[in-house]
Amino acid sequence: MAEAQPTWRADLAQVAAMVAPGSRVLDVGCGDGALLTHLAREKEVDGRGIEIKQSGVNACVARGLSVIQGDADTDLADYPDDAFDYVILSLTLQATRDPKAVLLDLVRIGRRAIVSFPNFGQWRVRLRLLFHGRMPTTPALPDAWWSTQNIHLCTIADFVELAAEMGIVIERGLALDASGQPLRVGAAGRLANLIGETGVFLLRKD
Amino acid sequence: MTTATTLSTISSVQELAALRHRLPGRRLTIPADEPLPLDRGVSLGPATVAYTTYGTLNAKRSNAILVCHALTGDHYAAEPHPITGKPGWWEQVIGKGLPIDIDRFFVICANVIGGCMGSTGPSDINPATGKPYGLDFPVITIADMVRAQVRLIDHLGIDKLFAVIGGSMGAMQALQWAADYPERVFASVPIAGAAHHTAQNIAFHEVGRQAIMADPEWRGGRYLEEGTDPRRGLSVARMTAHVTYLSEPALHRKFGRNLQDRSGVSFGFDADFQVESYLRHQGSSFVDRFDANAYLYITRAMDYFDLAAEHGGVLANAFQDTPVRFCLISFTSDWLFPTTESRKIVHALNAVAANVSFVEVESDKGHDSFLLDEPEFFRVLDGFLKGCAEHAKLPVSVTGSGT
Repeated sequence: MAEAQPTWRADLAQVAAMVAPGSRVLDVGCGDGALLTHLAREKEVDGRGIEIKQSGVNACVARGLSVIQGDADTDLADYPDDAFDYVILSLTLQATRDPKAVLLDLVRIGRRAIVSFPNFGQWRVRLRLLFHGRMPTTPALPDAWWSTQNIHLCTIADFVELAAEMGIVIERGLALDASGQPLRVGAAGRLANLIGETGVFLLRKD
Repeated sequence: MTTATTLSTISSVQELAALRHRLPGRRLTIPADEPLPLDRGVSLGPATVAYTTYGTLNAKRSNAILVCHALTGDHYAAEPHPITGKPGWWEQVIGKGLPIDIDRFFVICANVIGGCMGSTGPSDINPATGKPYGLDFPVITIADMVRAQVRLIDHLGIDKLFAVIGGSMGAMQALQWAADYPERVFASVPIAGAAHHTAQNIAFHEVGRQAIMADPEWRGGRYLEEGTDPRRGLSVARMTAHVTYLSEPALHRKFGRNLQDRSGVSFGFDADFQVESYLRHQGSSFVDRFDANAYLYITRAMDYFDLAAEHGGVLANAFQDTPVRFCLISFTSDWLFPTTESRKIVHALNAVAANVSFVEVESDKGHDSFLLDEPEFFRVLDGFLKGCAEHAKLPVSVTGSGT
């Protein structure tokens, strides 16, 4: 019963690097389980996942991962406080109906949360909108406006502001380029917001 | 084995009752001086637990999987049925190279108490009267069934099961095991199950029971003594239940409105439609292998099942701090034990941050999907068990050492 290998995404290496070995992790929106597989193998993490697409869930469980079908918007409420060392939400925040409520749940369920999202303030996005007057499509945001799952896009600056407003502490931040490499800029700064393709943040509640 | 010929020679329910004590398989006797305590407040003993095993128990006794059968199932899970001669109900799941791989696992399957395939049930002789129990048999529960299984596991010298796996009523047992004996189960796999029997479930069971009890040959449950046979009642019960195990798309695909060996309707009440003929066959073949009183008792045990009620009305309390790894599996077209019921269990397990996987398998075959050829289901079960084996550091084969 051979399974296709899970698909590795450029930002996941940086997300994984923030996770301490041997910890308990919940990956919200775990897709086909690429990150969970990596964390289990490389860091002996006790990992769980939630995935909205049934095909992803089935692939994960068939691969021996502990994954349930569920929705970040509705199913995080079940979990008790501090149930995990890390709750990860990678490239999913922008697809949730209520990102603020989801963020609150992340830092409630996890002692730490790791959130990555596509930066809508990136220069390519700004230029497309400025010069073409059309909804931007970029390598990080490839879908047309009518087919994208992304309903709550934000910039790194927006995210940093919301975190501050919610009393969420940013312990670490990274701005990644298109290949997933961290840029040598302050993650919460204006330059990061201009050149970062993806933002990755390690968070905790105050 | 003279199994198929045995069936053709059975002419009465009385003969069938006698035959059950000669069926192949292993037996555990629960002695009268150490009887099985029951939820109902009485105890049962002496009693017999009929069971079968496949594969080999490893030296550490760490590779045992208990497979729990459904309402009308039995312990002949992966071998031909000794009465009907048909393949075992999970021959596609238990075997070499199959999801429950008998090269790796030691598989135990026991007939539930209250049943009629060798474990003590209402068709057995009540030692107090020397006559068949009939309705004097105590009403048993899912927890009682599990208690009997615990005796069996003790008898086999197994401290901790690698997994408890079951569909439908078997799922109830898998949940009960995890709730009552969390330290004795590494993994629990409730398939097409629920944490309680719903009003609709109870309602269908009641129709079945009423059909049995309305049969004049049932005689208040004393048919074995009176030489009667409530086969018509039991057969109607089976027909009703069988419809609930299927789905309309499955029935439509199989039969549609096709007529049975005729070109037009008969304007009578003969089996005009193929689906009628099929159901009648299901009913009449069922009575050749099943006992009417056992049907009453086992359906009752399912009706009484309510895991949350046992824990102050909060299902999550049943699993507080559970170390058990769970894998719940449901099927999209199962309207008897729908996905929503499995999801309730998942929510409860999340509330205690338990280790849980949950998969809904796309199938149009209804509740019976877990007994049928569903490759996606097999893949998931296979992957889950392999993942668990890795975590439990269980060797790949009984004699091997690697993982």
